[in-house]
Amino acid sequence: MIDREKHIGQASEPRTVDVEQGFLKFFAKATGETDPVYFDEAAARAAGHPALPAPPTYLFSLNMSAPAKIGGILDPVEGMGVDMSRILHGEQSFTYHLPIHAGDRLTLVTTTRDIYAKKGGALEFVVQDTTAHDEAGVLVAEMESVTVVRNG
Amino acid sequence: MAEALTVGTMLPELVRGPIDRTTLALFAGASHDYVRLHIDSDYAREAGMGEVFAHGMLSMAYLAQALRSWVPQDRIRRWNVRFTAITPLHATVRCTGEVLEQTKLDGERVVRIAVNAFIDDGTVTLAGEALVAA
Repeated sequence: MIDREKHIGQASEPRTVDVEQGFLKFFAKATGETDPVYFDEAAARAAGHPALPAPPTYLFSLNMSAPAKIGGILDPVEGMGVDMSRILHGEQSFTYHLPIHAGDRLTLVTTTRDIYAKKGGALEFVVQDTTAHDEAGVLVAEMESVTVVRNG
Repeated sequence: MAEALTVGTMLPELVRGPIDRTTLALFAGASHDYVRLHIDSDYAREAGMGEVFAHGMLSMAYLAQALRSWVPQDRIRRWNVRFTAITPLHATVRCTGEVLEQTKLDGERVVRIAVNAFIDDGTVTLAGEALVAA
């Protein structure tokens, strides 16, 4: 079982991530994107964007690109040390405040809000909130992830 | 193209797939999601999952494309999904939306849209809601 006392309320170290144009194009290709605004800079600019926009779920990928150590679900030293083979994605939400574009540099902080068990501990649910602030310190987006750990 | 968001409207479906191993390999790389259950069959079998299966976030990315086809991205305020079933290899993903109600969020007029993803046999794999500026 995960140490609830230790991890609930715990915030990760801040991680700085760059929104890279090449990765946005790769993401568009990998998801069968058909709207050129998401992979063609000229189309993006014609649509009024300063650069390629990050699609709505991209914050999750930015978070995966620089996973939290402190309180991280998989981190064996400073986090929960859960085996990768035992996790499933339970829920995911996003809240948007400002658009994210290629060239942006964001700072992510992930906080564990809750950990609870079901089925007599066979399943544990880890609820984590991640915030993304821009270089001016403005909150641009938030997400909540629920990860399911199979202990059975 | 923005759709008219009248309560009760069933929004145009978006279909992606079938998802093959290449899809999963590309998505793992593009999304920085290296959880081996999605890309390594031997590992998935040893973990008791039988076979690799699709990332939930791949289907959510498809659902995001559907959402964006209905409303410009800058009108999406917040949205959430529950991953209600695993999306197996070779599945085709069908994304649907239905306008549920007009409401307010922080004083702004928004519409609440039910968003769902289904696989071939009709199983719901993602179930959620979006709030978008009206």
